[in-house]
Amino acid sequence: MPFQPVILATDALIYLLLALVLLFVWYARRHDHLVTPWRRVGRSRTAMGAAVVIAFYVLIGLLDTLHFRLAAGETENGEIRYSTEVHSVFDLLATPLRENNEKTYSAPFATHLYTKENIQLPDGSQVRDYPRLEYGGAHLADPHAERPMNIARLALLGLMAGLALFGWLMLLVFRFRQDRIKAWWVDPKRGPSRTAAMVFLSMLVLAGMSISLSSGYHILGTDKVGEDVFYQSLKSIRTGLVIGTLTTLVMLPAAVLLGIMAGYFRGWVDDLIQYLYTTLSSVPGVLLIAAAVLMMQIYMSNNQDEFNSLTERADMRLLFLCLILGVTSWTGLCRLLRGEALKLRQLEYVQAAQAFGVSHFTVLLRHVLPNVMHIVLIVVVLDFSGLVLAEAVLSYINIGVDPNTNSWGNMINSARLELAREPVVWWSLFAAFIFMFALVLAANLLSDVVRDAFDPRLRERA
Amino acid sequence: MMAYIIRRTIYAIPILIGVNLLTFLLFFVVNSPEDMARMHLGNKRVTDEAIQQWKHERGYDKPLAFNAESQGLGMLTDTIFYEKSLKLFVFDFGQSDSGRNIGHDISQRMWPSLAIAIPVMLVGLAVNISFSLMLAFFRGTYLDFWGVVLCVAMMSISGLFYIIGGQVLLGKLLNLVPISGYDTGINAWKFLILPVLIGVVSSIGSGSRWYRTLFLEEINKDFVRTARAKGLSENWVLFRHVLRNALIPILTGVVVVLPTLFMGSLLLESFFGVPGLGSYTIDAIQRQDFAIVRAMVFLGAVLYILGLLLTDISYTIADPRVRLD
Repeated sequence: MPFQPVILATDALIYLLLALVLLFVWYARRHDHLVTPWRRVGRSRTAMGAAVVIAFYVLIGLLDTLHFRLAAGETENGEIRYSTEVHSVFDLLATPLRENNEKTYSAPFATHLYTKENIQLPDGSQVRDYPRLEYGGAHLADPHAERPMNIARLALLGLMAGLALFGWLMLLVFRFRQDRIKAWWVDPKRGPSRTAAMVFLSMLVLAGMSISLSSGYHILGTDKVGEDVFYQSLKSIRTGLVIGTLTTLVMLPAAVLLGIMAGYFRGWVDDLIQYLYTTLSSVPGVLLIAAAVLMMQIYMSNNQDEFNSLTERADMRLLFLCLILGVTSWTGLCRLLRGEALKLRQLEYVQAAQAFGVSHFTVLLRHVLPNVMHIVLIVVVLDFSGLVLAEAVLSYINIGVDPNTNSWGNMINSARLELAREPVVWWSLFAAFIFMFALVLAANLLSDVVRDAFDPRLRERA
Repeated sequence: MMAYIIRRTIYAIPILIGVNLLTFLLFFVVNSPEDMARMHLGNKRVTDEAIQQWKHERGYDKPLAFNAESQGLGMLTDTIFYEKSLKLFVFDFGQSDSGRNIGHDISQRMWPSLAIAIPVMLVGLAVNISFSLMLAFFRGTYLDFWGVVLCVAMMSISGLFYIIGGQVLLGKLLNLVPISGYDTGINAWKFLILPVLIGVVSSIGSGSRWYRTLFLEEINKDFVRTARAKGLSENWVLFRHVLRNALIPILTGVVVVLPTLFMGSLLLESFFGVPGLGSYTIDAIQRQDFAIVRAMVFLGAVLYILGLLLTDISYTIADPRVRLD
């Protein structure tokens, strides 16, 4: 099927980020001092386990980033006309989840709708009862009797698939040599990789079970308009990752440049930059974001023609949110870098470079910048989880991502009123909770280890 | 000391001017009042008269920063910048877009905000210090390890879930406290229990973990070793030497947020329907009432700068080694 690739603004930035990471990996491989702290991270069991969990999130996020438009037919002169709807590779993989929509709420693993409706019986009379779902458990003839066994069977199937895949991958990694596996299993030095393997196994099993169960049920229920909550949670991953990473990416150039310039040049440059970040940081973050987002809403509602599609508009809003979150959060990093640059400019090698007549620009680039990069990395990693959490809060106040974008904040926002219902519609909240909790917890655990590995001050004390 | 405070206060003035200019730029230059009116009145089928009317009622029909039609000083004072931005400096917040007096609303609504924020801060401080002191006392044991794991797990839960969980569990399932609402005077207490409890619980994760690091930092210092070496009991060392020294960063961390307590908690207040400044701000954001948001931005900045000033002063009081320059 012909398709046309689409690169949204945030996609482009994700690709840029990916390229930067790969470039760094390629560069760091040949520089031992850059690899050493990462080896220290690799020796931590918590970090390795957390990294595996994050890798699963990143994989789904990346699949959800490859956007394209499918062909929708041909025009008269034989050109292919593309659909206006933008899809991602992930959408394609999850087509059944995306398309099998019910009428309204239904509980996880339910076979019947959450609300009663008038049902027309074959003999013409009407009863008021919970109608069967169109897709959830539709393959069962007698749901009440068959459902438990059917769920158990599907779960077992997924479990076996996960186990089998894991076993196959292990055999591949160890080239089908039993002695190597045994040696790996008892080697005390390989503990972290064993933890990683076990976490990987549980994630595979979880994935296998959810895929297998999703074929017959809505495993996390459906929301008000009948969309599958599991699908929404998975789609929200990209939003969360974009907010967590791109925010720091967009603020990084300004924060790093201004921070080291303030510390290195002192004098009026320092005063000016300090004034700039003190002013920005004295406005409470939420209010600054609110003000900026309100202004953006005005702009968008008055210039609706500039956006080709809803997706594009939602994407611009996501990017703008990253920008404005970046504006409110760069000040902390800038302050740290200024302090570090103040220290560095006193060091002998910087003064020697100055005495040799090396230009300020070169000194900054070659002597100051490489020596503050560990701080940048620590801040980037530490900020991630906070930003993911912030997204939820902002979306709750309606100043977050576009209401049409899938995000955990939007899921919470649309579900919170349903708690007043009887029985409680809890599954949307539960799904958002689980997905956010796993990501943020993994990020917190990993960032702790990364900070300990990169911060020499902490290392000396230990 | 006095000279230092005065100097710092003077230093705050350019920052406030910066904040003021920033809000002016954001609210009037990025989008003209015309755009704002269109947004409020609906995009389609809006007449020019209606827009002019809307702008006139709110005083947005004046020139931005320079009025060529006025005489003398009026050239500068009969403008949006003077009327809406400069007057913030004397805390004259003017009228909200729906015609209410913002200054009056703020003075009314700060009390419920404080009624939640102060207990949350005090109880949270007590709980966090006791919990982290316990972790520091049992450092290196399983209790410490699992305590830190608990802290990290609690940090990883969004504040929204603490509120929703607390409302469902205590309010709905157990029926112990009302889910939301507020009452005047002393009767408000039963509406305050749940928000305060949730505010404290949601602060335990990051708070206790941070305090624990502060305690451990002190425990590894030389004077603590000396205290132990001269035969003091571990309890005495912990409370007398470690706690007292670690309290310096803890208390200064509290002082910096003291003034901003007035602003209230956005989430707690809006979830529990408390008529404080937090819910006031959220309502304004959702109704797109720019006058209120502008006032709150400025007020927040003033209180934040005040907090920084108080922090510097409290450092000198808590720790005589710190000299102000």
